[in-house]
Amino acid sequence: MHEIFGIWNWLDAVIRILIIVLVMTVVVMYLTYGERKVVARLQQRLGPTRTGPAGLLQPLADAVKLVGKEDLRPANADRWVFELAPYATFIPVLMVLVTLPFAEHWGVRSLPLGMFFVFAALGLNIVGIMMAGLGSGNKYALLGGVRAAAQMISYEIPLVLSLLAVAMVVHGSIDGGPEINGSLDLQVITRLQSDYPLIILQPLAFIIFFTAMLSELHRAPFDIPVAESEIVGGYFVEYSGIRWSMFQLTEYASMWAFSVFGSIVFLGGWEWPFGHDVGWAYQLLLTTIKSLLFIMLIFWLRTTVPRLRIDQLMSFCWKVLLPMSILQLLMNGFIRVYDLPNVFLSLTSGAGAVGLVAFIVFRAFTRPKKTASLVGAYRQAGVNVR
Amino acid sequence: MTVWPDESVVPGHAGGFDTVDMTINIGPQHPATHGVFRMALTVDGEVVMDCEPYIGYLHRGLEKLSEANDYRQAMGFWDRTDYLAGMCCEGAYCMAVEKLAGIDVPERAEYIRVMMMELSRINSHFMFLGAFGADVGSFGTSFIYAWRERERIYDFFEEVSGDRMFPTYFRPGGVAFDLPENYESRIRWLISSIRQGIDDFDGLLTGNEIFVERCRNLAPMTVERAVNLGLSGPVLRATGLDWDVRKAEPYSIYDRFKFAIPVGVQGDVFDRYHVRISEMFQSTLIVEQCLDQITEGLVLNPNLPKNLRIEKGECYVRTEGTKGEYSVYALAKGGNKPYRMKLRSPSFCNLSALREMVIGSYVADAIIILGSLDIVLGEVDK
Repeated sequence: MHEIFGIWNWLDAVIRILIIVLVMTVVVMYLTYGERKVVARLQQRLGPTRTGPAGLLQPLADAVKLVGKEDLRPANADRWVFELAPYATFIPVLMVLVTLPFAEHWGVRSLPLGMFFVFAALGLNIVGIMMAGLGSGNKYALLGGVRAAAQMISYEIPLVLSLLAVAMVVHGSIDGGPEINGSLDLQVITRLQSDYPLIILQPLAFIIFFTAMLSELHRAPFDIPVAESEIVGGYFVEYSGIRWSMFQLTEYASMWAFSVFGSIVFLGGWEWPFGHDVGWAYQLLLTTIKSLLFIMLIFWLRTTVPRLRIDQLMSFCWKVLLPMSILQLLMNGFIRVYDLPNVFLSLTSGAGAVGLVAFIVFRAFTRPKKTASLVGAYRQAGVNVR
Repeated sequence: MTVWPDESVVPGHAGGFDTVDMTINIGPQHPATHGVFRMALTVDGEVVMDCEPYIGYLHRGLEKLSEANDYRQAMGFWDRTDYLAGMCCEGAYCMAVEKLAGIDVPERAEYIRVMMMELSRINSHFMFLGAFGADVGSFGTSFIYAWRERERIYDFFEEVSGDRMFPTYFRPGGVAFDLPENYESRIRWLISSIRQGIDDFDGLLTGNEIFVERCRNLAPMTVERAVNLGLSGPVLRATGLDWDVRKAEPYSIYDRFKFAIPVGVQGDVFDRYHVRISEMFQSTLIVEQCLDQITEGLVLNPNLPKNLRIEKGECYVRTEGTKGEYSVYALAKGGNKPYRMKLRSPSFCNLSALREMVIGSYVADAIIILGSLDIVLGEVDK
């Protein structure tokens, strides 16, 4: 175990944090570039092409522009609340990054309660958003902040419950060590997925996690707090320059953090399918590929789906996701108590996942198809009607 | 939080909190207003309690300008009313002047006009679909899809008339010049591209679960109420009334074409969307029939005077514009200028339904209701 109070231990932690901040900045810059490119291709455009080869220097140009911009503060803004809000949103995401294992032993610190720490840190995010919403002295920002608060508090619950369900079912032993039944340590969860990733055991939890994650990240179709066509950016509407870029940094950094987290918990992280002996380079590559799957899915959804309304969002959370996640937690407990084989976990959770998807598909197919009908003197005359 | 000056604290229920109805100003510079329109929403949380529309930011005095310039010069102002479908506005203006002066239009020119007007209608509806998709929240994709077709249509307009948005191509008595040599293959290609675009929108929006959930049963309108409010165009047809001036009172040569009028059932936002997307397909049918029927000949009446003077006359021309009934009243009392020109702009009349549609809905819905009315501010403010 680490010696907590040694000076070298502190120095080591600080250096690791500095490295992860630098890495995060670069990753976020190129996530914005990647998003612009991917979204552009999905929309039959080219995206950035002018700055550097294939526009690769575009994020740098953007960063220079943002730093050079004037930092404006509205006259009726609450000064300290307004100015501190970007940091209050950013620091929780940084705290999440502290415990994520990108490869075996490649993280700042491996916490025994890592998953719990991730929830706790992410829950703080909302404070900064509310500060920005209330402190800006702008009604769009206020609406955005309140919407964000309602949305994030609601979706935190299914998110946590779905991850708890996963933490319950991990079991096995590492390297012939003692039997582990359930764990919150992200390293342990990853190591125990050497045979199959946990998405196979808990597909319903994965669906709930992904939906709640989209909501926590304010990505389409849950981008209600930042809805561009309604409240023009929501809580950060009054920010400019470097403070605005802090919000963007937070948004993309939390997207990255969530993707890495999801790939570690559900897709086997750096462990599955090659085991942990393949070396750190492969492990990093595996984590990167798996988290890119999440990120690409988010980009894809963003270009495809419209936005939900706030009441539809809430009813989806409280009437669908929450009962499903509680039911899954109960079933998992039942199966673990009676020590039934793992296949029952897959069956119950899979049935839930199939049921959820089937319900949505069923609803889509049973509604009246199209309401517009065609009338006119020539309808009987064989006019081509779509 | 501060209470803004125009707001007062209203006492809540017994034991409840005191609440404030907040006034949000949407516009005149806001992505959802599609121009310079402003609506002041009074909201209780997320629910709209009242809506006050403010118009006039784009007022350019079209009617007065038309009265101050002679018949030829005034053409250019009319493009700029419904700037998404300039050809339709030119058509209405030219028909009014022709009716006033008793000018005949050659056969070929009529076909060219109908083709151009229908392509304009398609263009305008594409812009509706794109902007509406953006209102509902599909990030830019619908807009880019719409822009693709719009660019192709505008490219053709540029080949025909030399300008894209404001062609000033029609003249009292015909059109300015003949079509380019390869027009038939160009238009047939354009139609296939447009149909592909309609299919893309069908795939992107019509079947989308979230889109349908957002739009169905939102701000429904009965036929009686719609007629009383003076609504027209797709907003009226979505309520189930098959009123289309092209069929009800055929102008130009619309009585020669076979096309259907799409109507909705309950007049909600989804019906308005769906009526428009069906109407685009019917417009492509009209253009195809034009191509089959068009004959060679003159495109401009050769007996026109250099300076058009109309002694006395009064007329009212109704056309089916892209947003609804686009009608022109003209009164001549001699000279080369009209004594009075009046535009009955459909967007302005349709906008009158906004307040009662919006009250009671959510802020997010208010924006898509405004989008579904498909106003164009050049026409509202004239």
